[in-house]
This record gives sequence, structure tokens and C-alpha cells, in this order.
Amino acid sequence: MIESYLRGFERISASGGSTAPDWAKSLRLSAITRFETLGFPTTKNEDWHFTSVAPIAEREFDLLAPPTHGVKAAQLAPFTFGATDWHTLVFVNGRYDAALSNAAALPDGVTLVPLKQAYETLPLLVEQYLGKVATFDGQTFTALNTAFLDDGAVLHVGKEVEVARPIHLLFVSDTSAGAGTAQPHNLIVLDRFAKATVIESYAGLDDRGTYFTNVVTEAVVGDGATLTHLKLQRESAKAYHVGTLDVRQARDSHLVSFSFATGAALSRTNIYTQLRGDGCGATLNGLYLGDGEQHIDHQTRIEHVEPNCYSRELYKGILDGSAHGVFNGKVYVHPAAQKTDGKQTNNTLLLSEKAQIDTKPQLEIFADDVKCTHGATVGRLDETALFYLKSRGIAARTARQLLTYAFAADVLESIELAEVREGLEAATLRRYIDQE
Amino acid sequence: MLEIKNLHATAGDREILRGIDLTVNAGEVHAVMGPNGSGKSTLAQVLAGHPAYEVTEGTVTYEGQDLLSLDPEVRAQQGIFLAFQYPVEIPGVSNAYFMRAAYNEIRKARGEEEIDPISFADLMDEKMKLVEMESDMLSRSVNTGFSGGEKKRNEILQMAVLEPKLAILDETDSGLDIDALRIVANGVNTLKRPENATIVVTHYQRLLNYIVPDYVHVLAGGRIVRSGGKELALELEAKGYDWLLEEAVA
Repeated sequence: MIESYLRGFERISASGGSTAPDWAKSLRLSAITRFETLGFPTTKNEDWHFTSVAPIAEREFDLLAPPTHGVKAAQLAPFTFGATDWHTLVFVNGRYDAALSNAAALPDGVTLVPLKQAYETLPLLVEQYLGKVATFDGQTFTALNTAFLDDGAVLHVGKEVEVARPIHLLFVSDTSAGAGTAQPHNLIVLDRFAKATVIESYAGLDDRGTYFTNVVTEAVVGDGATLTHLKLQRESAKAYHVGTLDVRQARDSHLVSFSFATGAALSRTNIYTQLRGDGCGATLNGLYLGDGEQHIDHQTRIEHVEPNCYSRELYKGILDGSAHGVFNGKVYVHPAAQKTDGKQTNNTLLLSEKAQIDTKPQLEIFADDVKCTHGATVGRLDETALFYLKSRGIAARTARQLLTYAFAADVLESIELAEVREGLEAATLRRYIDQE
Repeated sequence: MLEIKNLHATAGDREILRGIDLTVNAGEVHAVMGPNGSGKSTLAQVLAGHPAYEVTEGTVTYEGQDLLSLDPEVRAQQGIFLAFQYPVEIPGVSNAYFMRAAYNEIRKARGEEEIDPISFADLMDEKMKLVEMESDMLSRSVNTGFSGGEKKRNEILQMAVLEPKLAILDETDSGLDIDALRIVANGVNTLKRPENATIVVTHYQRLLNYIVPDYVHVLAGGRIVRSGGKELALELEAKGYDWLLEEAVA
């Protein structure tokens, strides 16, 4: 129901509690107006054809209240990969938690602060980019998120600065004080030749209640800069999650994105990038693991605006039970984008009769000198590989489990950050292979 | 050790093996030769239990039991090993993980304790020397991106680790240069034991310069048309297969 959000917006505006600058307040106002006009998408909307958001639209969500008991650092351990020296900002129910965060020892030229602080310390940068990359004209969930713009992380990496350690933005939800929604909004700006790895984690701390995370992350990658972005969606079983990463890439910049989605009853992840300069590269990989009644949707959009850019995309999924996966990968090649080199692949393994995938790779090419391929496979385990394993004495059940794990591990291998790669491999191994 | 009687097998509607009789005793090396399409690779795969083939007639007795009633993994646990003509690539599973899983299953079947990772690493070090493989092959995914020679050496490495009673080499020499062939043959010869037996399936006599057989069998049209000693292989090399095929028809 959009009414509950309109009421929520009125309440926040009336209380006047926000320290946001005027431009942000007017951005929020135009966003709520846009949201009211758009309403929630139906499956008649081409972008939502395979995903009904009725479970979200039919509920009333207020902003999540803080947990009744404070969240302890130990509760975050399952989501931190054992790393102790990362720069970490923690958000609990959508609000920055200074006590759980540790962004110390950042190199010179790097700012990593919550949004409210960024209004003070980086006013020009925030005003220049916030709401300008992820525009909400036709995007209900981005409009909704922007209407509730209040908290999130802002990262600025100055020119030629390489941030050696990963930056972890960890968003956890705790429903001890009841159901609700979190609407975090992040901004990442890498100046020219800067380099950083950002992990965005979304996780539930309990399986009791329903909550709805709706996040927008905007990223600007300057000339020759490299952004590695890992999105890890491990929400709790009753959660709903809609997340958008929207990236603008300048000349010779690189984006390396990985989306891991295994949580939530219903999730939609949008990964969008525009290659707006000569010589850019974008690598978009992902893995979705579903079971039970889960619905896991990915939409990716790569826009080749300028010439001599490449994009590589590999999304894999394993679906069991009655899980429903959706992959919609769009690659647009604009008329000026000659010598575009694009490759897109989506492979899904179905482990049960009732599991299903809707896969829709889309290529739209308006330039004539390009090399673009795309393909999708949906299948079961390879019988030849099964026989090979069995012929070495490995029992049929173990062989199936091993090949299932291997299907996922194949794309996890592309994650360069060892802690995350090994952590996700171990979790996937535990999920698919019996432990003795 | 192995007694094959009147073995018939089909792939789909096509009958490929049409009455094979073959006896292999411990300590023996048998070469199975024949032109393309004669059924020699099918024989190897049927013995390992490949699901693409159906046995329609005949029996195979291995160590006193009915081999054909056993699942492929049980055959392997009982000591049968097939070196594949086309080893399968398994992206996402490291060679080390795969081999330790196989080794432990076979130890379990023999009633032995599972091996710990450190002892297993020592064992691999020793076995890898035999086939002149670098240790980085262990961390790579099974056969993925391996050259033809590396794949075949990886098959012999598995054989060295699993120590089968009956090893069946299915055209292990195909696609190998002379150096790789020598390494593979050396591995096979080093692993030879009086209590074990080997069946070498090959199209060419070349491999038999390195792995010397006790018996040579020529397969044509799904039957063994001639058996003899190692000198038969030399005769085939000199005269080709045609004269035997003509004799078989006449």
C-alpha cells in the first residue's frame, strides 16, 4: 500500500528532525510525489514481468524501529569473513551504528562517513552526485528510497589513491521491535585513477519478523579508476529485498561487480552501469542460490555509450525446492559505441522438478562494428561428469553434491578478494555437501 | 581375475559388442587393438559401467563376482580403474579435493581409515613425481584448461593414487607426443605388480613399444578376430588391419 509510505513521509516531514540540507529535502519531496504517481509496478511492466511485488505492495511498512536490545559485535561475526582490519560501517535497521563501526586508519585522501555527516564534511560532492546517478523517473523503488533519504554510507576516494583494505558496508536487520522497512542510500565517488573494493552486505539477525530492505547505491568511477563492488544479499527468510547499484564510468575506468544472493523470501537486485568514456571495462558476475518458495530476481543493464569498451557478464544460479529465479540481462550498444566487445552468459542448474528460472538475455545494438554474444543454459547435472566421478569410487550422492558445489564454485572463483571468495566457497560447500 | 563371456552391448539401437570372450589373469598385460569403430573403447567403458551402454547378453566375472550387477562406483571401490580417452573437465572442483575424496571412498571400501590432508599431500608429492607433474596441478580444477598431455598424465596420477587391481587404459596414447607417451608408459610400468592386471586399448602399436603386452587381441565388428602374443602387434603395424578383416569375413 503506498498510503502507509505517504503517511510515513508526512510524519518525518512534520517532525522536522532531519538535519538534511534544503536541496535534499526538495529531492525527497519530488521523490515521494514521483512514487505516488508511479505506484508499485505490476507484472504488466516489462521490467517486472517475471516478478510480482504484491507481497511487498500489499503490506504496510513503517521505518524499522531500533532493536529492543542493542546489537552486539558478536552477532555480526557470521557476516564479517573473519576480517579484522577492514574499514567497516555498520547500519542497524537502516541507521548508522558508530559503536559497531570501525573506519579507522583510512589512507589520506579517503573519506568514509555516514550520510548525515557527509552533508557537513563533503557538502559539494554529495549535492553534485546524490540522486543524479540513480534517477527515479521510471523507478518506483528508487523513488521510494529517495523519498526516505536519511542514512547510508558516503565514500570518497581522492585522485590516484588506492585503498588497500576492503571497505565493508554492513546492513543488518533485527525485528525484535517489530516489522518495518529500511531505506539506506549510499554514494561512492572514485576520483581519477583511484582504486577501491567495496562490499555491501545485507543480512538478517533473526528469522522472527518480516522486514523490507530497499537500498540504492550510486557510484561514480572517474578516469582510469577501478571500483570492485561485491554485493552480498543474505537477508533472513521472511525478508523482502530490493537493491539497486547504479554506476557511471568515465574514460578507461573499470567496474568489477559480483552479486551474491541467497536470502530473503523475495529479492530483486539491479546492477546497472553506463560506460560513458572510451576504453572502459565492466565485469558483472553473480551467483544466486534458492530453495523453498524463494523468489530471486536479477536485472543487469550495461550501457555501452562510448567506443572501445568491453563488458563481461557471467551469472549462475542453483535452484531447489519450488524456488523461482529470474535473470534479465540487458546490454545496450549506443550508435557511437563502435568496437564494443560484449559477452553475457547465464547458466542455471535446477535441482528439482518444481524449481524454475526465467532467463532473458537481451542485446540491443545500434552500432555496426561490434562483437557481442550472449547465451543462457538451463539444465541438470552433466551425466558424463557424474560417471567420471563415480568411476573413481565416489558414491552417486556425493558425486551429485560435488558437481552442484562445483557449478557454483566456478563463478565464485572470479572473486579476487580471498576472504570473501573462501568464505562464500565454504558456505556453499556446507550447503551442498554432507558434512561428516 | 576377469572373465568375459559372449558379451553383447548396445548404444541406443546399435549393437556395438557382438560376443566378446576374454580372460585376464593377475600379472598379465593385455592389449586390445582394432580399427576405429571396432568396439574397443566400448568394451573399456562397459567394463567401467558407463550408463550409455546396455549389456544385452553375456557375462563378466571379476574376482568371482558378477561385475555387471555392480554400480560404477562399487566397481572402482573393488579395484577397477578406467583411464578415460577423453578425461572430463570439472570446473570448480580442485584436483586435490577430487583425488582425496576418491582415495578416501576407496579406503573406506577396503575397511581402512580416511587419510588426513597432510599425509595425503605427502602421498601426492610422491605420486606426482612419477608422472612428472608440477604441484600447482593440484590446486587447479580437475582437467580444466589442461593440455591433452596433462589430462592423460592426470589419469595416470589418479591410477597411481588409487592403486587398482585391474587398470583399463582407453586410448591413453591418442593425441600424445613422444615425451608425454614415455611419461605415461613409465607410470604404468612402475605401477605394475604381479597381483594386478592391465588392459591397454589402443589404435597404434607405438604405445606397446613402451608397455609390453603379454597378449594382443584384435577387435573388429564387435568381436575378437585374432589373439596372439606381442609379435601380433608388430605384424599389425606392418600390414595394417585390412588383411585381418578380410580373413574374418572369409
